[in-house]
Amino acid sequence: MNVKTLFLLLFLPAQAMSQGFAGLGTTADGFATPQPGRALDFPADHGPHPAYRIEWWYLTANMTGHDGTPYGLQWTLFRSALAPRDGEGWDTPQLWMGHAAMTTPEAHHVAERLARGGIGQAGVEPAPFQAWIDDWAMQGPDFDTLTLTASGADFAYDVDLTATGPLVLHGQNGYSVKSAAGQASYYYSQPFYDLTGTLTLPEGDVTVTGQAWLDREWSSQPLAEDQQGWDWFSLSFDSGDKLMGFVLRGASDFTAGTWITAAGATTALPDGAFSATPLAWHEVAGREVPVEWQVRLPEQGLDATVTAINPDAWMTTSVPYWEGPVTISGSHTGTGYLEMTGYDE
Amino acid sequence: MLLEVQDVTKSYPGTETAVLRGVSLTLDAGGMLALTGESGSGKSTLLHLIGGLDTADGGRVCIDGTDLTPLDDSGRAALRRGTVGVIFQQFNLIPSLTVAGNIAFQARLAGRHDPARDANLAARLGLDDHLQKYPEQLSGGQQQRVAIARTLAAGPKLVLADEPTGNLDESSSDAVMALLQELVAETGAGLILVTHSERLAARLPRRLHLRAGRLT
Amino acid sequence: MNRVILSALLSHWRRNPLQLITLLAGLALATALWSGVQAINAEARASYDAAAATLGEGRYAQITARDGGAISHDTYVALRRAGWAVSPVIEGRIDGVRLIGLEPLTAPGGLGPVRAGGGADLGAFLSGKGQIFARADTLARLPDLEAEPVTAPDVAPNTALTDIGVAQRLLDRPGQIDRLIVLPDQPLTQPPLEQVAPDLICSAPQAGGDVARLTDSFHLNLTAFGLLSFAVGLFIVQGAIGLAFEQRRPMVRTLRALGVPLRRLIVLMAVELALLALIAGGIGVALGYVIAAALLPDVAATLRGLYGANLSGQLNLRPVWWLSGLGIALGGTALAASGALWSLARMPLLSGAQPRALMMARSGGGQAAVATLLLLVAAGLALWGEGLLAGFAMLGALLIGGALVLPPVLGLVLRWAERPARSATAEWFWADTRQQVPGLSLALMALLLAMAANVGVSTMVSSFRLTFTGFLDQRLASELYVRVEDAAQAEVIREVARDHADALLPLLSTERQVAGLPVEIYGARDHATYRDNWQFLYAVPDPWERLARGEGVLINEQMFRRAGLELGSAVTIAPGTRLPVLGIYGDYGNPIGQVIATEPLFRDLYPEVTALRFGLRSDPGQVPALRAALTDAGIPQAAITDQAALKRMSLAVFERTFTVTTALNVLTLAVAGFAILMSLLTLAAMRLPQLAPVWALGLTRRSLARLDLLRAVVLAALTAALALPLGLALAWALLAVVNVEAFGWRLPMYLFPLDYLRLTGLALLAAALAASWPAWRLSRTPPAQLLGVFRNER
Repeated sequence: MNVKTLFLLLFLPAQAMSQGFAGLGTTADGFATPQPGRALDFPADHGPHPAYRIEWWYLTANMTGHDGTPYGLQWTLFRSALAPRDGEGWDTPQLWMGHAAMTTPEAHHVAERLARGGIGQAGVEPAPFQAWIDDWAMQGPDFDTLTLTASGADFAYDVDLTATGPLVLHGQNGYSVKSAAGQASYYYSQPFYDLTGTLTLPEGDVTVTGQAWLDREWSSQPLAEDQQGWDWFSLSFDSGDKLMGFVLRGASDFTAGTWITAAGATTALPDGAFSATPLAWHEVAGREVPVEWQVRLPEQGLDATVTAINPDAWMTTSVPYWEGPVTISGSHTGTGYLEMTGYDE
Repeated sequence: MLLEVQDVTKSYPGTETAVLRGVSLTLDAGGMLALTGESGSGKSTLLHLIGGLDTADGGRVCIDGTDLTPLDDSGRAALRRGTVGVIFQQFNLIPSLTVAGNIAFQARLAGRHDPARDANLAARLGLDDHLQKYPEQLSGGQQQRVAIARTLAAGPKLVLADEPTGNLDESSSDAVMALLQELVAETGAGLILVTHSERLAARLPRRLHLRAGRLT
Repeated sequence: MNRVILSALLSHWRRNPLQLITLLAGLALATALWSGVQAINAEARASYDAAAATLGEGRYAQITARDGGAISHDTYVALRRAGWAVSPVIEGRIDGVRLIGLEPLTAPGGLGPVRAGGGADLGAFLSGKGQIFARADTLARLPDLEAEPVTAPDVAPNTALTDIGVAQRLLDRPGQIDRLIVLPDQPLTQPPLEQVAPDLICSAPQAGGDVARLTDSFHLNLTAFGLLSFAVGLFIVQGAIGLAFEQRRPMVRTLRALGVPLRRLIVLMAVELALLALIAGGIGVALGYVIAAALLPDVAATLRGLYGANLSGQLNLRPVWWLSGLGIALGGTALAASGALWSLARMPLLSGAQPRALMMARSGGGQAAVATLLLLVAAGLALWGEGLLAGFAMLGALLIGGALVLPPVLGLVLRWAERPARSATAEWFWADTRQQVPGLSLALMALLLAMAANVGVSTMVSSFRLTFTGFLDQRLASELYVRVEDAAQAEVIREVARDHADALLPLLSTERQVAGLPVEIYGARDHATYRDNWQFLYAVPDPWERLARGEGVLINEQMFRRAGLELGSAVTIAPGTRLPVLGIYGDYGNPIGQVIATEPLFRDLYPEVTALRFGLRSDPGQVPALRAALTDAGIPQAAITDQAALKRMSLAVFERTFTVTTALNVLTLAVAGFAILMSLLTLAAMRLPQLAPVWALGLTRRSLARLDLLRAVVLAALTAALALPLGLALAWALLAVVNVEAFGWRLPMYLFPLDYLRLTGLALLAAALAASWPAWRLSRTPPAQLLGVFRNER
């Protein structure tokens, strides 16, 4: 069984290949489902929620070298439960997967790690905060002060993160609806990290500074059965405002998002308020993927073009997808990250 | 004209004298002739040339307007299937086919098999009780009747018989010959009979004698 | 028209079922022999591949505990968290089945329940009671375990795979890991192993290895046998098809006279033959499968014992055998039929209808000339040929030449035997025998090839065994072997050896360039162990004494061949040290060259090399005590190998090889015997006119039958006499030409007269058995049938 099959199986206990991206649309037997009105509790909610089927700690960063070269990095820890319980040793149904990537305008480096829970090879502790898989770690005395490390066969990074703003809760106080039928997840972010650190590239080390955005999400069934994938934007404008917006592609598209002011005040965007339209497509790994988008949010006067810094930012992981840094031009300018899933060959 | 043989010569490698040294003859449709001669006079060779079993060195053989000289193996095979029927002294039955199978065989090869005609021939030749037997279970006379039925069932325009009764005793020889003559006459085919027997030759209206490769 | 012709052609078989059976049986047996041997080979190879793929042994570097004990989860996690991409493995046995526990999330791709089918359910594998992947026969041997059994044909034989958690539970070893597989791709940044886990050691992936080469050699032998048996089979096919054509000549003539075009007839006959070949090929493959299935447990045991290679005793029917078996049947038929069809195409339409009394009588002179030419080519290739291809070409020329030369030689011998015959019966017997030779020649050639193949293969396998056991004796002479980590441990060994062992033989070695080749240089202590056990291919007198005096060096055969050295050639083993070669020893299975120098000289030349491996000589009864003393002194069990026990087991199991070769011997001879039987049956009808006068002149049917039996045995004996030199030439070619070209070493050839005698006996028995039925039929021939000959009523 190769790793790819393995991972597919890992996320697909119920032969649900056709049902949504990576099986996220399957029904959640025995797993807890998100309920509106539950208040998030920190720091406890920084830690894992084993009663829910999937969960992630998802950090992306836009950075600049001293010569002005733009860089992007990604650090993600996924948790996936085969059954809604925790446990010690090999018996635990909790499985972990790490994705790390580093993107330059010319290159895109990817690494992946898989681990069983229960033996200490991977896990998350809420306080002091510690999330790790193998030698990759995101840790610090609290959620606002973190160091982040990862390494692959041809790259490594080691950066420090300092939060300059509050946590941001999406949807209704962190209850984020993902389809018209009501599928939902718990979803909050820390989009205000300042970053300094070192990237290790095949050509040598680069000192960088920049901004990072951490997403936290857990659920048991975040996608409707007809939803094939999503296009997810995290945009930081030069004005200091930020936008999280996503399009869930299905029988009819479902969009949602959050407008975040420089001070951290949020406005949840209802279905249809935010829109994103592909402008240019690019062939990568045998498929056509949109790498230039027209993004609109009329109520904030936003009408901007989002362009991939490296259109080849393809994640050659067990479940492949596109994830990379972008630049923004038009009514607003800035940088951000784009994630696109469910583009089949 | 059913058959026209013009100045045919034939010799075999390793022999000093030619077997046929300029033989010419003609036969009209429905005509019958006997070809006699000593052993080695070339009468079988002439028959084989006419039957497309062998090729002449010189001269021309035309059957029913078709010149045999330029034909290749498959052309001559087609002639043997459809136009000419040869009855051999050794019968040349197919030992693994039943009498019925043997009778039908050439007609099926020629693509004009007619079960009614088979049945009629079998009845006329007295083979009715033997149709499911194999050739080895028959006497020589019976085997030759099968060979005659096989040839006539294919409806040839020219029947060539090479000592057809050579392996038979006198009485069955006469009976077989009489039937052959009768049946050939009924189909309107021509007949050339090769024999060294004066008695049999005398049965036919026309007679040619070969001596040392020439007709006399 | 095609249907009409085909039905006439096929009607022949309906009326002559025995002929059909001859043809089909000949083809089927030839295919069976070939595909059986191929099946054994293929299964053996597939098993190695599966073993390699499943276990990853040798492919990956491995980390083990220095003391040979278990590795803890904490150590594993510490390594992972330090950036070491390693995957844990636990291994144990349940009812003799090797149970391997893997961690599928970290195991390298392709390891684990590889290709276990798309339906593999990771959830079921990882959680709950788990799953066990193994071949069906392995699963059957396992007791009722909690985990769900899953049939997976590509798992290594006698091996079961499961999740590490399940394995720990089943083996009752919670929290224990036996070794860590090191993945080929490691992260960019990583601390050294000593820093993370000082108690662990990392061993590099094994490079190909000696075992693979020895195993290859064994397989080459089997493949050669497969080719030989195919040659035997081809002769049988040739005979069967030649016969079938000969029998149908009159029918072909009649069909043509009735107006069937020659080309169409030939095409249809080819189609008919192809159909028959397919049927016979199918039967043959199935038969081959049965043969292989019957022999495989022995082959498996042989390889397991010999090389520790785990081979399944169970056979999987692979599509490739069907295809190759059918291909061989079709190809063999085509080869054999092309000649027959060619002669049919040239057959004059009006040739005599009577079957040729002596079928397949080739022009004796021409055949003898071709045979002589082929034998000359074989000799030429043996003398001047180079490369594996030339070796095989030589084998081919030798075999075909040998087979073709048989009939003329038999003719000569029989003519010579006839001369002194006094009685009329004897004279008639010899003359009649000579007359039978053309009709029997194909069957006799098949017998000749079968015997030659058997003599050749027996000689080869036995020589292989003798050489290998000698080699084991030489290399594993010490009772115990100990490997140490450092000089301190070496000192411990020396102390233990002083008190408990008869002798301590340090194994000093270093890699150097000598004569332009990379070689291992060994330092040998002057000890009786070497003098008593080592055998040389070539050596000066008293090589060990002269070696001890530092007068020269010993080299292995690989070095001898590659560097083109000879006894007495000087080699430079270190700057300024140039010494003559005193002896050349066989070094089977080793890919690279070796030089042995005496220990004091070695220590002078390479003072930096310390011995980390030792052989310990001791009274066999004292071995357990010696072992205990070593363990007490702190030498880990894993570092001690009881090579003597290993050797005893290897040798015991090697005997199994003979079961296989004997079984194959009997089979080939049986096939050749069958060919004789069929030829005799065919000849029987034709011979009646020859026998009837002799019967009429006063020989009884019984004595005629007895003479026929005797004739078969005499012909078989003469054939055997010719087969012996041919077989020996074959063995020589395999051992001294093909093996050298393929592996770089020459196996010495030993002779086994008793084996040859037994084989000759078997061949005579086969011939006598084959002749007995026709003879019995002759003795029962009704007199009327014999009289019929005179009435010429046939």
